[in-house]
Amino acid sequence: MVTINGVNEDVAGKTLSEYLSSSNYNLQRIVVEINENIIPKTDYEKTTLNDGDVVEVVSFVGGG
Amino acid sequence: MVPSKEDMHDALVLRQGKELTEKFEKTTVAICGLGGLGSNIAISLARAGIGKLILIDFDIVDVTNLHRQQYKASQVGMTKAEAIYENLLEIAPYTTYETHNIKLTEDNIYELLKDADIICEAFDKAEQKAMLNNTVLTTFKDKYLVSASGMAGMDDPNIITTRKITSRFYLCGDGISDVNDNISLVAPRVMLCAAHEAHTVLRIIQNNM
Repeated sequence: MVTINGVNEDVAGKTLSEYLSSSNYNLQRIVVEINENIIPKTDYEKTTLNDGDVVEVVSFVGGG
Repeated sequence: MVPSKEDMHDALVLRQGKELTEKFEKTTVAICGLGGLGSNIAISLARAGIGKLILIDFDIVDVTNLHRQQYKASQVGMTKAEAIYENLLEIAPYTTYETHNIKLTEDNIYELLKDADIICEAFDKAEQKAMLNNTVLTTFKDKYLVSASGMAGMDDPNIITTRKITSRFYLCGDGISDVNDNISLVAPRVMLCAAHEAHTVLRIIQNNM
């Protein structure tokens, strides 16, 4: 199980890139951290989600 | 009559204490975007006696900005960088200000932000917020970043919060109220989110510097 934004999801083994596109995230509006490390956008495809990972996907909305 | 530098320092010590005031005076904060969030953050931090503010925006003060941004009708047409500098000088004349009338991109972020201890993201477009945050968080491992997402519309003010995402990344806002859903921005709710950002900056200084 991988904890993503506080919810346990059965996505261990998938790449971050695969998870994000299957969840309909807009890649231009997000910041991703896994176990307190920010993942550079260029690493999304080569980052694999592992059992026990704690992931936060921050998706930004407009206004300021 | 404008008080002397010593008088203003003494007044801050009276209100905030010596230790905190001296920490504030040693800190450099960059504010990226000088709209509803950034202009309010800048004024709060200047009042608190932050030593140096780096103020960055490429935009010009427009009549449609006056309902929530800290500019005057007489400043319509000026660059926001110049207008905020003019206003801050009247409020806190002894702070050091560095202003840039420029658009932040992945290519100039390092050069413009490298001297800051803490960086405030205060843009309005979601894509720009994400670009700045991703670049700052992967470029500067030793800096703190305070960002905002979700402060549009007339929803409950009490759902605007500050969350600690990592040890150096804080996020203010309600996370959901998007300006693009045909709900515009209103002054108090944007100011509330700006106040979250500014106060988070002060707490980071208090606890980590």
